[in-house]
Amino acid sequence: MRYTSKDWLLAGLTGVSLAVILLLLAVLLGQIVWHGAPVISAEFLSQSPGADMVSGGIWPAIYGTVFMTLLMTIAGVPVGIATAIYLTEYASPRSRIAKIVRIAVNNLAGVPSIVFGLFGLGFFIIFVGGSMDALLYDDTTPVWGKPSILWASLTLAVLTLPVVIVTTEEALRTVPQEFRDASLALGATRFQTVYKIVLPNARGGILTGVILAVSRGAGEVAPIIFCGAANFLPYLPTDLRDMFMHLGYHVYALATQSPNVDAARPTLFGTVLVLLVLTFSLNLLAVIIRARSRASLRS
Amino acid sequence: MTERVLEASERTRAAKTRQRISVRPQSAKSKLAGSFHTPLWHRVAERLIAILALAAVLAIALIFVFIAREAVPMLWEAEFAEEVQIRDLFFAKEWKGYDEPVFIWQPVGEPAKFNVVPLFIGSLKVTLLAMLMSVPLGVGCAMFIALYAPRAVREVVKPVIELLAGIPSVVLGFFALMVLASWAQATFGFHFRLNAFVAAIGLALTIVPVIFTISEDAIQAVPSTLTEAALALGARKYQVALRVVLPAAIPGIAAGVVLGFGRAIGETMIVLMASGNAAIMELFDFSTSVRTVTATIAAELGEVAQGDPHWRVLFLLGVMLFGVTFVLNILGDLFIQRLQKRLTAS
Repeated sequence: MRYTSKDWLLAGLTGVSLAVILLLLAVLLGQIVWHGAPVISAEFLSQSPGADMVSGGIWPAIYGTVFMTLLMTIAGVPVGIATAIYLTEYASPRSRIAKIVRIAVNNLAGVPSIVFGLFGLGFFIIFVGGSMDALLYDDTTPVWGKPSILWASLTLAVLTLPVVIVTTEEALRTVPQEFRDASLALGATRFQTVYKIVLPNARGGILTGVILAVSRGAGEVAPIIFCGAANFLPYLPTDLRDMFMHLGYHVYALATQSPNVDAARPTLFGTVLVLLVLTFSLNLLAVIIRARSRASLRS
Repeated sequence: MTERVLEASERTRAAKTRQRISVRPQSAKSKLAGSFHTPLWHRVAERLIAILALAAVLAIALIFVFIAREAVPMLWEAEFAEEVQIRDLFFAKEWKGYDEPVFIWQPVGEPAKFNVVPLFIGSLKVTLLAMLMSVPLGVGCAMFIALYAPRAVREVVKPVIELLAGIPSVVLGFFALMVLASWAQATFGFHFRLNAFVAAIGLALTIVPVIFTISEDAIQAVPSTLTEAALALGARKYQVALRVVLPAAIPGIAAGVVLGFGRAIGETMIVLMASGNAAIMELFDFSTSVRTVTATIAAELGEVAQGDPHWRVLFLLGVMLFGVTFVLNILGDLFIQRLQKRLTAS
């Protein structure tokens, strides 16, 4: 159809908003890559930071981020997948429990990340850790009741739970109903159907959800400020009760608390670039897996 | 009566057939055999799934209870009453040395002043400013993609905006602090390098994807019968867009706005890094620095002793923040439900 001048005006105005967003994104990525790339070197990635935090590398922060993310995945993902299985495969659409669980998931997704930090401190460290100390040890120095990589990971596991649940639910719904009907008609029980038919067919989608949750969790800083992230630790965490360095927290601490921000600039840009590459490659992986699993379900 | 008898005989017959069917796969030792003796672990696993499904509900409850647990003792603790009066948390007071009642947050002052109003004003100010930037951008972008963009552009732009949503907020905060702040000061000549305006741009970057995604879904969901009918009646494309599609998608856009607002008011790292963090009671001047609720918690909790009055007030801020976002989320859900109802009804 023929566009009038008013059509062009509306298309232009809305197109400009797209252009503004793309421009901002391009400037952001451009600046970070431009200033960050020259800093990246084998030493930067593999050495500990010097005592001034600016010299040396960021290896403990990379290690800490990956370790924490791994713990978070182990703790949170099975629970998220189980919830999604319950919602799509077991609960009837009108079930009151399913409705309440859905409302809870939606609200959990909207809880501010700093509130998760307070929760991790109030529940995991003070309540759970404190109770464990009171039960297990006589003396008063806290063993479990203090910030550590374990409590940070568990806090983030709760934070990423909604991401896992929502994406897994979506993945389970893409499995055609006929598959389930056929399996049940052959005499399989509901659990056998879920376990042998639905889950294998939704594997790609579930993996996507897990990766998205991991990427979200890896970048969150606010919840771990009080739950275990350390400003500066020259050693790697080996115990669940150790504190740890974290890429995002390192950026925050260096950018806001460093006495000489100009000297810290290159290290900062380098660290941000590493963090971005980590989260983006996870996101990209998720997109690729999702595209593939959709294609295989269609065929 | 007869009905019930019939039903009973039906049931026994069904049971017999089921038995007959079940015999064969068992003898054939098929792996998929639906035997009546489900292995124990299947039943355990099913029970476990049902229990784990309650984790999200439990999490919400625990979050509320354990944040409130650190705040509520302020109501009866002598240590708290000595230092702070609960009334002063919310209302203005004429402190010594001031000639009028003021709202003031000054936890290290002597005496310490904990009035939460300036912090909520700060949060509201940055959030509203960010909404002013991101709502037109997000909705405009969604309209362009849904109505005008060629298919190829759409296929590229959607993942790119998802990419924007995947950037950690600490990176956006860093970008606002290092790049945007200098640019804004050079361009607009701000007196303070870090201010509400810079933080709001950073915040807008996090909420644009939220508003875009939900609005675009809503616009796409408008039935084509509506637009085709309007076109058939001789309406121009822009008329269809503004008078048919947009009104039909309004609840979805409203949901995006509400959820984006909730996201912005709870965002921590960006405002912590880029807003300057001075608690100034000033609603309209966005070139001054602000201190939000979230940034206050993040910056101050680390230096406070457990159980201190200051500690209790910071957890109270957490409870209030939780309450605000909870209400916003319920509201957003209601809008989405209304959209679904409206679209299925038409």
